[in-house]
Amino acid sequence: MQVGILYSRIRKDEKLLLSELRERGHDVVKIDVRDLQFGLDEAPEIFADLDVVVDRCLATSRSLYATKFCEAYGVPVVNSAETAQTCADKVQNSLALAGAGVPTPATDVAFTKESAMESIESFGYPCVLKPVVGSWGRLMAKIDSRSAAEAILEHKATLGHYEHKVFYVQEFVDKPGRDIRVLATDGDPVAAMVRSSDHWLTNAAKGAETEAFELDAEAKKLVQQASDAVGGGLLGVDLMEVGGGDEPNYTVHEVNHTVEFKALNDAADADVPAEVVDWLETKAAAKQEVVA
Amino acid sequence: MTECVECGADVTLHDNAEVGEILDCTTCGAELELVERNPPVLDRAPELEEDWGE
Ligand SMILES: [Zn+2]
Repeated sequence: MQVGILYSRIRKDEKLLLSELRERGHDVVKIDVRDLQFGLDEAPEIFADLDVVVDRCLATSRSLYATKFCEAYGVPVVNSAETAQTCADKVQNSLALAGAGVPTPATDVAFTKESAMESIESFGYPCVLKPVVGSWGRLMAKIDSRSAAEAILEHKATLGHYEHKVFYVQEFVDKPGRDIRVLATDGDPVAAMVRSSDHWLTNAAKGAETEAFELDAEAKKLVQQASDAVGGGLLGVDLMEVGGGDEPNYTVHEVNHTVEFKALNDAADADVPAEVVDWLETKAAAKQEVVA
Repeated sequence: MTECVECGADVTLHDNAEVGEILDCTTCGAELELVERNPPVLDRAPELEEDWGE
């Protein structure tokens, strides 16, 4: 098949994908989005004859627009523009999860410091304040007291980009020092790992320890539901262990659409790039059927 | 082997280096982007902007 990779930086993740594709004899077209002009009617020449395009743009805005254009040109793209749109924004992500009945942490969105403070006080301490866009755990704050809340809200209001004037306040989930990352293709788990850290942020990008994790039936079901809720695709689903008893055993924090998988590939037994390429092959085959 | 655009030191490429890959200059620590493979051409890597990452 002919596979286009949209990128502006090649990381270990993209290299793993590229070498798996090439080893299988697929034609890979690397598409540096910084070089392109996207017209309204006609696709840039580089898109001709592609069976599937994989969006690996790091920058959210590039991801959102480039995938939109791929769809307008009739080129199948993973992930879809709809999925990118939902996942890129924490508010939309939370709404999609809650709307699909997926357990997700209690969340308030407020537009002023004053109303955000009311949310924070109603959640109690600690609680969490997150930017609505952003990644790798950046600019997330665990708020332990009213004075900390006042300082952070003041800083965000004064120094923040306008996007930081949407206050996303969330209950603090007292997880057992770890969270679970699942890589899934249209809801099918490929690999899962736990990320453990003494720090409350357990992102792999923040240096958390990782090890393989066996998903139980409930976790698998939630991964499928969370994937469907955002429109499916190649996704990273973040869960935390909670409750037990009559309560659900997990809560789903968010679904990531430009998922990094090098840490998972190291931690889990699965051959992640191989399984991702298997899935891409089915995507390309589905497109050929439609055309035929 | 090619030259760091920041400090001029020699930078060694891996055999499987990809266009678009970011390399660190071991001499000055600059982040460099491989913009062409044959012959190798390096440029300063783009700064992190807006929301980079997953
Ligand atoms: Zn240098």
